[in-house]
Amino acid sequence: MFSKGTKRKFSDGGEEISDESLLGARVASSYSLQRQSLLDMSLIKLQLCHMLVEPNLCRSVLIANTVRQIQEEMTHDGSWHMVTEAFCSAGQSPSERLVATEVLCRSREQDAEPKLFSVISYEGCCEEEVVADETLCSVSVSDTVSNVCLAGRMGQCWEKSELSGIERDEEALEDSRLGSGEEEEIDTEDGASTESPKTIGQVFGTFEIKNGSPGPDSALEELFSDVDTSYYDLDTMLTGMQSAPKMGPYDLLDSLAPSHSSPSIVSTPNCRSDLNELDHIMEIIVGS
Amino acid sequence: AYASPTAAAVVLVCDTVQWCFLSILNNCLIFLPFGYAADIISTVEFNCSGELLATGDKGGRVVIFQREQESKNRLLSRGEYNVYSTFQSHEPEFDYLKSLEIEEKINKIRWLPQQNAAHFLLSANDKTIKLWKISERDKRAEGYNLKDEDGRLRDQFRITTLRVPVLMPMDLMVEASPRRIFANAHTYHINSISVNSDYETYLSADDLRINLWHLEITDRSFNIVDIKPANMEELTEVITAAECHPHQCNVFVYSSSKGTIRLCDMRAAALCDRHSKFFEEPEDPSSRSFFSEIISSISDVKFSHSGRYMMTRDYLSVKVWDLNMENRPVETYQVHEYLRSKLCSLYENDCIFDKFECCWNGSDSAIMTGSYNNFFRMFDRNTRRDITLEASRENSKPRAMLKPRKVCTGGKRKKDEISVDSLDFNKKILHTAWHPKENVIAVAATNNLYIFQDKIN
Repeated sequence: MFSKGTKRKFSDGGEEISDESLLGARVASSYSLQRQSLLDMSLIKLQLCHMLVEPNLCRSVLIANTVRQIQEEMTHDGSWHMVTEAFCSAGQSPSERLVATEVLCRSREQDAEPKLFSVISYEGCCEEEVVADETLCSVSVSDTVSNVCLAGRMGQCWEKSELSGIERDEEALEDSRLGSGEEEEIDTEDGASTESPKTIGQVFGTFEIKNGSPGPDSALEELFSDVDTSYYDLDTMLTGMQSAPKMGPYDLLDSLAPSHSSPSIVSTPNCRSDLNELDHIMEIIVGS
Repeated sequence: AYASPTAAAVVLVCDTVQWCFLSILNNCLIFLPFGYAADIISTVEFNCSGELLATGDKGGRVVIFQREQESKNRLLSRGEYNVYSTFQSHEPEFDYLKSLEIEEKINKIRWLPQQNAAHFLLSANDKTIKLWKISERDKRAEGYNLKDEDGRLRDQFRITTLRVPVLMPMDLMVEASPRRIFANAHTYHINSISVNSDYETYLSADDLRINLWHLEITDRSFNIVDIKPANMEELTEVITAAECHPHQCNVFVYSSSKGTIRLCDMRAAALCDRHSKFFEEPEDPSSRSFFSEIISSISDVKFSHSGRYMMTRDYLSVKVWDLNMENRPVETYQVHEYLRSKLCSLYENDCIFDKFECCWNGSDSAIMTGSYNNFFRMFDRNTRRDITLEASRENSKPRAMLKPRKVCTGGKRKKDEISVDSLDFNKKILHTAWHPKENVIAVAATNNLYIFQDKIN
């Protein structure tokens, strides 16, 4: 955006795109389109902040509040309902899911511009997503890396993730995500309000000092906490990146969706078998 | 008591004052002996007399500059600032409990008022505050009885006479030594420290808590504000800055990410969770967007020297508040309103989260804050005029006058104007400082420190 002489291209009408029904629903206005891309962008940012060595709490809170705001508005609109429906739809092909997570796994520096895929559906055919609305402002494509700070942090994060135990936080998130996924029965409508605080909680949960040593069992758990179950994730296998964040935006949105729509959640059964394996290993260690 | 400014300090800024470039101090040159690259300056602060200027950087180093004495020959200008002392204040640490690195970057430096020949300052990184003593040594003792000049112990049998050691002059040596380390009191990242007017206590603020320390006591601090919710999932607001009142040692303020400022009185209760005053400007419904909250987040709060006003910096503007009026600011200055239409892009590249600081001049008649493209802005409160200046090597030759800059917001771009799309958002001026008595300013542009002063006609 900030390189000289770059002309912004107008995507020729929100109407054209809306006909292809991005969200599986008939979203007519470009405002909804912009709002959706803002939501996607925010969720990606929240993911990335898990990868930072020292997350900036103020920034995370502000992004989380923005996400909440959008979700509230979309709930009132009724368009949130459509979003969650889209998740449940069987039309989710693995390739789309791959593409969505591939965005995250790809290093920022290689990208000219983060492609604002709507992680919910489309294949990323529309590489230039441009809006020129006053309210949401414009998102334009440029040749140079406009993600100044973000790119910098990403690079730093990839280096530092080797030093710090990022996996431990990721595990904590993974566990809590699985936990909430299994236990909850949520209405689509209520899902937005009850689920999102939990999700937001997962964001802030990592900021807490893990206080004290509760007991021998948890000590054993901690021993195995860096057993990396991500290997079994579909996306990890295909991208070959162990240090990729376990929670892609897709996963985050998964947890927002009603849990009974299991077909789209590929990793859960795999993780369940992993837990059994862990139990088995622990039994051996405990010597029973 | 607030000293009335000297006649020289009460100079109208902008049109009347012509800013000229005094010196550029590039960290690269200074740190060559240490063998590593220049670091980004993260804080700038004049001491109470203005004689010393301290900078902290991302590498945990503190560099102090001292103003050279005015020589009688050079009537046209005042002294330049030269390096006085350099020391490593903080080192990177590792938090084993959270498996996270603790950055050594200096977030804030605050000077203590000078009480003897030595100078004291507080420097803080994300977790730890240190009190440093900077002292000069220009004499050394010679003629010891028990040891040689090079320090080796003399053979006892050789000592046949007794002499009194003599103090001999030596080259000036400036030593910095850590006197206190205030650690383990902050779970979250420290964003502010502020010395109280009682000169005995100071406060330190992180994202969720504010602690009150006694300068002599390092193993204890009082928690005076705690906004951490019982359930972290309910967290929607954080503390962004805090400052002690310049004269009333029981009063302090803290700002939040929601654009509010709370003034607290420590006499009211031990825990100042309930504010005495609450400052918030009602939102303009016509300009509401998804970014409204983010741009309302206050990045800096500073009391005026008089103690009657305070100034807050949010993303697009600077506001001056009268402490007696809580419902709106008395003055609002737009720093870079042309960015309002770019908020989405600035959100995307994270620039919208940049924390700009602001400062008052000695007489409270002018305020200054930074922007992008190495621009910084000054506002004269009396004339309501403002000026945009640039801190860059190309535009700065010694004694050269600064040319006002202008950003073209639309339509035809005039010569010398720069268009919004050409602004370099990598070059941001987050930290500026104004000499407490004179029109001398320090501007940190990434890893360069610029010092400007007004030109005397």
